Amino acid sequence: MADIVLDKVSKKFPDGTIAVRDVDLEIADGEFVILVGPSGCGKSTTLNMIAGLEDISSGELRIGGERVNDKAPRDRDIAMVFQSYALYPNMTVRENMAFPLQLAKLDKKTINQKVEEAAKVLELTPLLDRRPANLSGGQRQRVAMGRAIVRKPKAFLMDEPLSNLDAKLRVQMRTVVSRLQKRLGTTTVYVTHDQTEAMTLGDRVVIMRGGAVQQVGPPQELYDNPHNLFVAGFIGSPSMNFLPAAIEESRLRTALGDVPIGDRIRRELSRADAPRELILGIRPEHFEDAELIDEETRRRGIVFEAPVDIVESMGSDKYVYLTVEGERATAAELEELAADAGAADFTGVGSHLVTRLSAESTVTEGQNRRVWFNLEKIHLFNPADGRNLTLREGRAAGALAD
Amino acid sequence: MADTTTRVKLQWGVLNTVVVVFALIPVLWIMSLSFKTPATLTDGKFIPREWTLENYRNIFDTDQFVRALVNSIGIALIATVIAVVLGTMAAYAIARLDFPGKRLLVGVALLIAMFPQVSLVSPLFEIERQLGLFDTWPGLILPYITFALPLAIYTLSAFFKQVPWDLEKAAKMDGATQGQAFRRVIAPLAAPGVFTTAILVFIFCWNDFLFAISLTSTERSRTVPVALSFFTGESQFEDPTGAICAAAVVITVPIILFVLFFQRRIVSGLTSGAVKG
Repeated sequence: MADIVLDKVSKKFPDGTIAVRDVDLEIADGEFVILVGPSGCGKSTTLNMIAGLEDISSGELRIGGERVNDKAPRDRDIAMVFQSYALYPNMTVRENMAFPLQLAKLDKKTINQKVEEAAKVLELTPLLDRRPANLSGGQRQRVAMGRAIVRKPKAFLMDEPLSNLDAKLRVQMRTVVSRLQKRLGTTTVYVTHDQTEAMTLGDRVVIMRGGAVQQVGPPQELYDNPHNLFVAGFIGSPSMNFLPAAIEESRLRTALGDVPIGDRIRRELSRADAPRELILGIRPEHFEDAELIDEETRRRGIVFEAPVDIVESMGSDKYVYLTVEGERATAAELEELAADAGAADFTGVGSHLVTRLSAESTVTEGQNRRVWFNLEKIHLFNPADGRNLTLREGRAAGALAD
Repeated sequence: MADTTTRVKLQWGVLNTVVVVFALIPVLWIMSLSFKTPATLTDGKFIPREWTLENYRNIFDTDQFVRALVNSIGIALIATVIAVVLGTMAAYAIARLDFPGKRLLVGVALLIAMFPQVSLVSPLFEIERQLGLFDTWPGLILPYITFALPLAIYTLSAFFKQVPWDLEKAAKMDGATQGQAFRRVIAPLAAPGVFTTAILVFIFCWNDFLFAISLTSTERSRTVPVALSFFTGESQFEDPTGAICAAAVVITVPIILFVLFFQRRIVSGLTSGAVKG
């Protein structure tokens, strides 16, 4: 057990590319931290540097207070679970799990006892004498975890451990990982590209982009108070809607109608370097069918009318896709997010809004529908640097704040 | 559909049979000749009318053949072991590391493999005479290693590239040193490759005639393929055909044994189950 501290850690590859840039991160003892971001954001490189599989170009890495920059992986006493599981195919499950203990030169009896113990925790006992080739994906994944926990290391590193499992098993294993981590209380750094995993698993989430940390915080805080456009677009599924908003006196002109702005935002916008256009961000659940809200709630937001494109009924609520006219919001961050989702070349006419309405809504496809959205929950971003302008002391305050 | 598959199967069956027959008939003929008596050698019959083991008895009676057999086995085995050990290390480095001059090294190795050996025979002859290696075991082992190494490095690096790199990383995380990771994880997985390479190198050394005839002069280091060409029979009136055939059969036996022995170790798909699924 130990804390892990990254102090201005950077990674520069011999060909000059900088994969990780000045990452500062303090991971407390027993904490479960998720590194998340699109592919190529440097999250795996960061993990490999903590593991010792990659050299650290500059900065300092401390595990349990001790500088480990120049220590070999074997001297750092940390275990890793690989995306590919990396089980030794020439060894049985028992031998796989015993391998780290044998290398640590423990006696046979202790090894056996520890392996049995770990196997019991992960329900691997009946599989101990099988070889990895005769195991299912989920079983292999559990063996990989078993090999990591058997030696009670200072920390676990997990590199997308669930991404090779099918969707249903992944959800199941997510709870297994979570329970295991709570039970053992071992410091864990977990890398994933899946924002759902990041939201559900971690005590804290680190969002990375282009080798730099964008925001660190508990999942709910990242969701509610994204510091910038990238975090806002990355966290959440379906993701936040973004619309361009032109600044006009004391209001913003958007495709959803004019949005009034409070004094604080206006002050922000009166600065010399203020942008002439903003990006408006609204989460799907902050929309509601205008027929279903009372007068008081209605006053806190704006009602607009838009043609309904598609209705997806989830049972508990309805995802309604609305077509809005006008251009879509553009920013480097949004393009990057679209590219990561594989939708960079998929551009329809106009823009679409994804809204989550109550299940009671009678909305049908093809009709024009009046929809309300909550002004207290919207975010305004500067398209030039992606900064969230609605944040006040780290918390999102909506557009109307004074 | 059923018709086409049957027809395709039939076509392949016929083609395969033709190829196998074409390859095996000379071998069977040699075997048949080796069991014939001198009188019936040229009767043109495929199956001997009179069976005899005389030819085999004769070749094992002559010191010439037995000595050559010992030379062959010794030289081929030593050359194989050294070439495979060196090749394993080189191939591992080539498959895993990025070092300056890697492409050059691979290129030079390929060049050596392609170089016509016959053009090197005279310089090698001169060099070995100067160094006192002529007509000795090392005098053959050295050139064999030289020419077998590119082959070994090529096949082995292909096998090493198949071993997932994650396994080595995992071993390191589990507390293994570089050496332990190689010995306990990588090498066992590359074993099929090592055995395949060993077979190929052994056959190359075993079958070589060019170096063996050029760099030897006495029974001290003469190998079987060369010894065969010196077979004359007991007297100058005796036809050595039967003896040569018997010897030819005898020297194919170690090759077959060698392949059969190692074939059991070449289990394809040994690495399956290592990564994902």
